Amino acid sequence: MSTDDRGTHDHDHDHEHPGTTPDVNETGYYELMAEAMKELLIEKGVVSADDVRRNLEFLDSRDPVDGGRVIAKAWTDPDFKKRLLEDGTAAVGEMGLTMGDAELVVVENTDDVHNMIVCTLCSCYPRTLLGLPPDWYKSKSYRSRAVVEPRAVLREFGTEVPDDMTVRVHDSNADMRYLVLPKQPEGTEDWPAEKLAEIVSRDAMVGVVLPEA
Amino acid sequence: MPLFNVGDTVRIKNSHPPGHRRTPFYVRGKTGVIERYCGDFKNPEELAYGFDGTPKRELYRVRIAQTDLWENYDGPAGDTLDLEIYDHWLEKAEG
Repeated sequence: MSTDDRGTHDHDHDHEHPGTTPDVNETGYYELMAEAMKELLIEKGVVSADDVRRNLEFLDSRDPVDGGRVIAKAWTDPDFKKRLLEDGTAAVGEMGLTMGDAELVVVENTDDVHNMIVCTLCSCYPRTLLGLPPDWYKSKSYRSRAVVEPRAVLREFGTEVPDDMTVRVHDSNADMRYLVLPKQPEGTEDWPAEKLAEIVSRDAMVGVVLPEA
Repeated sequence: MPLFNVGDTVRIKNSHPPGHRRTPFYVRGKTGVIERYCGDFKNPEELAYGFDGTPKRELYRVRIAQTDLWENYDGPAGDTLDLEIYDHWLEKAEG
């Protein structure tokens, strides 16, 4: 359907048109269940309303800046990089960063390997390092296609991985969370860590794009 | 003491029990290689129903060739999919 026939066709509306989703939606089944669960947990004293609020506040306060600092430190400090690849959780802990209840696995892009991250079961994501995941990461389309046709998905992000390189997809389906350590762009060898951190984008740490100087 | 070693060839059980499972359908029955041992973790299949998650389960990262996963995979033969599988879903296979 072309976009210029919006509103001019006369069939019943059992579908939505782009950009015309109403602001007010009925509360969905799962939203209601989540709300009921929260109320019960509070009522039974398992958590307090303030616990819930503080956790949301913490997650909302996270953003990819912290992930970028981790990558920049790995680029500028070979010993740290080694520790980061061996035990990601402990290494980011050195920087005062937490993984919460999960463990961190850092996967390194090399001349031969390109890594990308997905969670096919839900939307597991290194939230404490990158903040909340983008909508596309949570979409069924990304979650299914990233494992079936990763190279096509990468191309849609503008990332062409040559056939003589391995594409390694990581499905974060259980207790590990993943962060891609991209290759440091050429010409940035003399940059200080603070400047390097600024060129490490969220999407580069998910492995769908490459950082550019 | 880990049940599997890095490099072991393993088969992910082709089992379809009801309930909360962390083994995605697309890898059930597939063969791969142990990439690393991640430690032992409370079993999410038990935690999901309010049990205490014990005994803990060993968690492994299993590397599977994309061409073994998908009949029509159109990328190079070296491309892989790595994911995490608990020990009770794994069995030793011929390497």
